[in-house]
Amino acid sequence: MFWVISLIVFPLISGLILLGVRNDFARGIIVKIASAIICLSSVRLLTMHFPRESVFFPAEFIFAGRLMLFFELMMACYIVYKGIKHKRFLTVALASLQTLALVAFEIMFKGKVRADNNLFIDKLSIIMALVIGVIGSLICVYSVGYMRDFHEDYRKEVKDRRRSFNFLQFAFLSAMFGIIFSNNLIWLYFFWEITTVCSFVLIAYKGTEEANNNAFRALELNLLGGLAFVLGIIYLYFSSGFIELDKVVAIGKAGALLPIVLLSFAGLIKSAQLPFSPWLVGAMVAPTPVSALLHSSTMVKAGVYLVLRLAVVLQGTLCGFMIAFIGGTTFLVASFVAISVSDAKKVLAYSTIANLGLIVLCAGIGTYEAVWAGILLIIFHAVAKCLLFLCVGVIEHKVHSRNIEDMSGLIVTMPKISIMMQIGMAGMFLAPFGMLISKWAVLKALVDYNPLLAIFVVFGSSATLFFWVKWMGKLITVTNPSERKENKIAWNQWFPLFALSSLTIIICGFFPLVSQVLIEPYVKEVYGQAVTMSRGNLVIMAIMLAMVMLFPLSFINYGKKVKVVDAYLGGANAYNSTQFYGALGRVRDMEMKNYYLEKYFGERRLIKFGSVLCVISIAIMLAILI
Amino acid sequence: MKVLILILAYLFLAPLVGGLLSGIDRKISARMQGRIGPPLLQPFYDILKLMEKETLVVRRSQNFYILFFLIFMIFTGCLFFTGGDILLVIFALTLAGIFFILAAYKASSPYSFLGAQRELLQSMSYEPIVIFSAIGMYMVTKSFYVFEIISFKTPLVYYLPGLLFCFIFILPMKLRKSPFDLAASLHAHQELVSGITTEFSGKALAMIEVAHWYENVLVMGFIYLFFAATPVIAIGMTLAIYFLVVLIDNTFARVKWQTALKSCWITAIVAGMGNIIFLFFMAR
Repeated sequence: MFWVISLIVFPLISGLILLGVRNDFARGIIVKIASAIICLSSVRLLTMHFPRESVFFPAEFIFAGRLMLFFELMMACYIVYKGIKHKRFLTVALASLQTLALVAFEIMFKGKVRADNNLFIDKLSIIMALVIGVIGSLICVYSVGYMRDFHEDYRKEVKDRRRSFNFLQFAFLSAMFGIIFSNNLIWLYFFWEITTVCSFVLIAYKGTEEANNNAFRALELNLLGGLAFVLGIIYLYFSSGFIELDKVVAIGKAGALLPIVLLSFAGLIKSAQLPFSPWLVGAMVAPTPVSALLHSSTMVKAGVYLVLRLAVVLQGTLCGFMIAFIGGTTFLVASFVAISVSDAKKVLAYSTIANLGLIVLCAGIGTYEAVWAGILLIIFHAVAKCLLFLCVGVIEHKVHSRNIEDMSGLIVTMPKISIMMQIGMAGMFLAPFGMLISKWAVLKALVDYNPLLAIFVVFGSSATLFFWVKWMGKLITVTNPSERKENKIAWNQWFPLFALSSLTIIICGFFPLVSQVLIEPYVKEVYGQAVTMSRGNLVIMAIMLAMVMLFPLSFINYGKKVKVVDAYLGGANAYNSTQFYGALGRVRDMEMKNYYLEKYFGERRLIKFGSVLCVISIAIMLAILI
Repeated sequence: MKVLILILAYLFLAPLVGGLLSGIDRKISARMQGRIGPPLLQPFYDILKLMEKETLVVRRSQNFYILFFLIFMIFTGCLFFTGGDILLVIFALTLAGIFFILAAYKASSPYSFLGAQRELLQSMSYEPIVIFSAIGMYMVTKSFYVFEIISFKTPLVYYLPGLLFCFIFILPMKLRKSPFDLAASLHAHQELVSGITTEFSGKALAMIEVAHWYENVLVMGFIYLFFAATPVIAIGMTLAIYFLVVLIDNTFARVKWQTALKSCWITAIVAGMGNIIFLFFMAR
């Protein structure tokens, strides 16, 4: 219990300390020390707990409940103040509504509403803790260097509020640990709301009109989710008389389905499923470490985490099917849309939405195979996507553009970064790396359950292939050689990048171990049976990984036994490979641009189409239940 | 032991069969066009000649990708012919294809760039059908393993006619033939030169050619699976379908990429998905 509580409290304390330190250098050191401690404690948690079954802690503190209520009111006041200041009355209404509902509920049943066990830890929370602890702390280290550069770039436009930035980052980590260790749903809701507020403040960090608007959009949708969450808790208490997560799962289908659906609804919004996806795309205005931490690797995972927890109850119900349908549609639409956008962060955002959709699809199906695949997806996606975000952050600072078309020749100008990006991309879609293992598992799970749902995965993953490869190709295409731009990147940015690239490969190599030690026991605990990849296939995957790793070796032969010539430019080359004689003998530069197929995969049209489908399925879900 | 023999047999026989198929193809095509055509063994002579040529490159590392294209193509074939998991076969095939595409990107010439884009677009077009076929075979035989799929008692085509149709539809794409020879063309084409292979020469081009032989044998192996219950008929059908593709190659003009993408996906949804839906409700 000590480790659980300290993981929740320690980041918050470090955040508070950081709030008080004015010196940039000292703050940098504190961030690094605190991150190291968080990272190591989450690993310690693993080594201590993995042989055991789930453990529940009463963790009854006299003031905990009141303190939380107090902070909830404070947060509501803050949101209401912000809402009135920016004339966002929908925000005000939603925030007051949910807070009033919760306060009224707690006052009405004062003392009666209590949980036997407030905290718990099981294999799934350990997995999540590792994701948050390891990746979260790496991002915190990265952001020290990144934010310094960021404020150099935007010295005039953006006010330097790095202290509150650091504080929010660490407070956010606390809240994430809170979410995954809470068994009491009211506690879970409390931490859930903290992440919403952190996300709101961090999206608005730049203080521009666009940033504010996007922050409010994110806030409004997440408050809607919060409202559903509160209603879910209240309904659960009225119908079943308890508010604990483990009991919800334990009584399963014997209980009422409505609260489960309401909680899943909150999860769907948090993980940006259609029709709520636009908030996540808008959130990309935030500084890159925020996008990496909140909007791809951890916070949005809280949503799918909750739905995955409830998967066993959703299994086989029509509501579960509808949730799976929403996830599938989101995966398909977001993957298609990612083809047509050229802003690197937007592509990453859509790919994140797509992968969250895939996890929701797994959770909605809720069979043991699907849940196994879903948890795998969480792990692999967190690592690879975080790496990609951090790389794009560096590139944006050096190239002053986020457009993929401006990234050609990066293999020459920024070789290390571009190789890391390729590792990250390979991790996202290529055999034998992580996401592909998961996709294999998802396909198997789907075919056993209902092959009709496979249509989403099949078409979606073809699209995934297209947009990743064309980006990868852009990185290695060299048109006009220019000088290196990689020097002057601080080591506190290099270190997380190296660590994440190695993690992407290592996790892939050690995936059988991860599966055996953590995921299978969890699935077995919940379903009584587990699934795994057969030994033969594991060997094949390992051989493939080894072969791919041999690829860099071929560079030993670099430039040997070949004759370098100019590229073929229709026989009209002028001077070199990149210029040619055009009409009237004028020398022109060659240009190469990727396909974006906007006519077929246009953003606006597809999102509208997907949203309509998903709204219909939500309506069906509600119609069944009410 | 048996696996080892299978692998060795595949390593040596596949390029032989692939080269012969290519030779037969050229002979038949020539006859269809009223020419005599090259000798049957011409593809092998071509390779031998290419091996002796000097290797010209635009970017110094472009041929490394080609080497890995060949290696992974052979690996994929080994997986398939030793009876492995068909989904892994498909993924490994994709990986090999991506090395080929990246090689063309790496070459950084406009024609190979265009070829790479189109090749990528084609992969996106045919990928759904290939995976649907695997799913269909699983639904009938309850296994993703090739060795269990071939030992199924009745020919799969009885259950999967729609998917077979789909697969034949994308066959020209996989064998790089008209009407889907968008990415690379053996014949002279103005806008494409020779597309994805434009900047490769000498040994690299020989490797690409050999990799294609391996790939063709693998793809025809896929067709074989649809008839596997009766081996003699299966081989006959596979050859007949190969002939059909050659015929199509000689009778159709090349289509635009829009048509390729649309027609493939529509076929995948109508015939492929339709077949799977039918199976799903029959099984209930």
